[in-house]
Amino acid sequence: MRLRDFPEEELFLQGSAACHGCPGSAAIRVAFKALGRNTVLAVIASCTSVFQSPFPVSALGLPTLNMAFATGGATASGLSAAADRLVAKGVLEEKPTILVWAGDGGTYDIGIQALSGAAERNTDFIYVCYNNEAYSNTGTQRSGATPYAAWTTNTTRGKEEWRKDVAQIMVAHGIPYVATASLAYPTDMFRKFARAKEIKGTRYIEIQAPCPPGWKFPSSHTVKVARLAVQTGMWMLYEHENGRTAYTAGTQRIIQGQSKLLPVEEYLQAQGRFRHLFHPQRDEERIGEIQRRISHVFETLQFTHKMKEHIMDIELAPPH
Amino acid sequence: MKLVETGNHVAAWGARLARVEVVSAYPITPQTQVIEEISRFIDEGEMECEYIPVESEHSAMAALIASAAMGVRSFSATSAHGLAYMHELLHWAAGIRLPMVMVNVNRALGPGWNIWCDHQDTLSARDTGWIQLHCASHQEILDTVIQAYRISEDPEVNLPVMVCYDAIFLSHNYMQVEIPDQEAVDRFLPPFRSLWRLDLEHPLTHGSVIYPDDYEEVRYSMFQGLENARGVIRAAAEEYREKVGGYHGGLVDAYRMEDAEHALVAMGSAASEARVAVDMLREAGRRFGLVRVRSYRPFPVEEMVELLSPLRTALVLDRSISFGMEGPLFSEVKASVYGRGEVAVYDIVTGLGGRDITYEFIAENATAAADGRLEPRTAWPSVRINEHHLVSKRGLEGLWGRRAAR
Ligand code: SF4
Repeated sequence: MRLRDFPEEELFLQGSAACHGCPGSAAIRVAFKALGRNTVLAVIASCTSVFQSPFPVSALGLPTLNMAFATGGATASGLSAAADRLVAKGVLEEKPTILVWAGDGGTYDIGIQALSGAAERNTDFIYVCYNNEAYSNTGTQRSGATPYAAWTTNTTRGKEEWRKDVAQIMVAHGIPYVATASLAYPTDMFRKFARAKEIKGTRYIEIQAPCPPGWKFPSSHTVKVARLAVQTGMWMLYEHENGRTAYTAGTQRIIQGQSKLLPVEEYLQAQGRFRHLFHPQRDEERIGEIQRRISHVFETLQFTHKMKEHIMDIELAPPH
Repeated sequence: MKLVETGNHVAAWGARLARVEVVSAYPITPQTQVIEEISRFIDEGEMECEYIPVESEHSAMAALIASAAMGVRSFSATSAHGLAYMHELLHWAAGIRLPMVMVNVNRALGPGWNIWCDHQDTLSARDTGWIQLHCASHQEILDTVIQAYRISEDPEVNLPVMVCYDAIFLSHNYMQVEIPDQEAVDRFLPPFRSLWRLDLEHPLTHGSVIYPDDYEEVRYSMFQGLENARGVIRAAAEEYREKVGGYHGGLVDAYRMEDAEHALVAMGSAASEARVAVDMLREAGRRFGLVRVRSYRPFPVEEMVELLSPLRTALVLDRSISFGMEGPLFSEVKASVYGRGEVAVYDIVTGLGGRDITYEFIAENATAAADGRLEPRTAWPSVRINEHHLVSKRGLEGLWGRRAAR
């Protein structure tokens, strides 16, 4: 799928109230194109609740239920169970895709119980977390997804804890599909939504969503920052299906040695939320710690990949 | 068909006869048997229904809202802490104007842990926009669950309904009930209807941000929905009597009130005990009657005026307390009759945490009220602080000490 092959129909309509360069609105547009009209949407309290535009207008071209912060997974369970009944009774010909759209606060923190419950019941729906790594809607406070050392309004000297990894927590639930995505790789993202649509059961897609006002970079740089996140290894692209993880797009290229892992500094310096790591003087310790963690992960993955190729070579070599 | 069953199993029968299609619930004592019985009905093919065994009550209510929004008749059951945990979403369900029914088994709130009956849980949920119906017998539980769907789905109402009954006294004790024929119930209760649903043909966004310019109108429409519910509750009870059989009153259930001089006002199972007290007092030559409140929201204001304002005294039995004020039922009764007639309204708070309320105790306090021997404020006649109640005792003694010092 190339960009120019994306369906032309727009289900994310004009006139949303999102900030300029908003990653959430760009992501929702791609998701809607991949999923199509037969979709019921639940929006969980987040920036999307606001940028969809206030009553009586809406930028969302799908039937939408706005729900409270902690309810993503449970809302999906209700929608899905009711849709099953409507199909059984013949009211609906085909079961619509149930799509939950939540932010990282609603996913990592207050909503994780409901998400975990729905995943354990293998509720038939797609859960999307657009992860802008903070509570952007309330003015950028830390969330469980905020990375180490990042400034937020309640971590003014940089967050002291490392973020938790909810995509991996979802993998541990044993659900049929887990994927991560990035705005800088829209065709990869589109493909993942299209794949998720074909599967039954709980599917989890997490999109890293660089947020210009919260992360403090110019609103024209959203995609650039998103790409740097992947190129420096701060965000990894993969999909997990049938017990196997496959790395995709930019992350795959780094692991296979087709492109270089860029120094994390390039990513950190592109945003104001890490400014205190460089001014008034360089914080070698914290920058070094972030780089060491990333390098360790990539060295391990690159090594495993080489070993696999090596083993494959032996297996495939014709007998002498 | 006649059955001897627990109140909880009878509530499950109500949901089954109402042809509920999605049930979402989390277990909590003393409600558990409701969902166990429903899950058995489903497993045995007696109910065509999706059962969502959610991981919390907060999720139970979220799933219920979502399934009602998809356009399917939905049911849940909870109690006490479960209801408290749902509180945010109780507001959501009513505010987004969706019909659904939930049973709440009235139980005391902790600490300390107490699984017995009082009304603190539902009365704390008074202002969420839910209709609240309180039952006094197993038969009434069954009939009220069915009527509740009729009321909830009436286009003039379109609001959720909570059917409440007392822990242990009604939830766990066995009583005989008449299970009506499915056909009769179907004649009474049309298939699910709602003013809106998530419609793929006509996509709309529900529950989005709403500015001050429109918000008040939303609240006013909820207020009107509850006002309209008064007539709808009365009509549903009448129509149920006609088409299915069985009547338990409209917004209130009045007993021996025709020539009464004094009244007892109560809700739930204590009202059954109060009935016995009325008979006893009548035998002793005193003209007492009973007004049992079936609908706490909307509150039966007109009925209170009509029944109570000609009287001399009314004694309210409150099974909960609004801390810093008085018994909440007492407040409502007084507010209803304010400026109408000369009736003196008295209040006792009693039966908290499942403490037994006997008819002798009721009769004794009723006589005290009728003879003007009660304080015209909330009284706690069954409280007995002893040496085990250290904190209460010291607190009270401290208070008395300060009073004496003044
Ligand atoms: S704060 Fe960030 S995520 Fe929220 S609307 Fe603005 S750009 Fe989008």
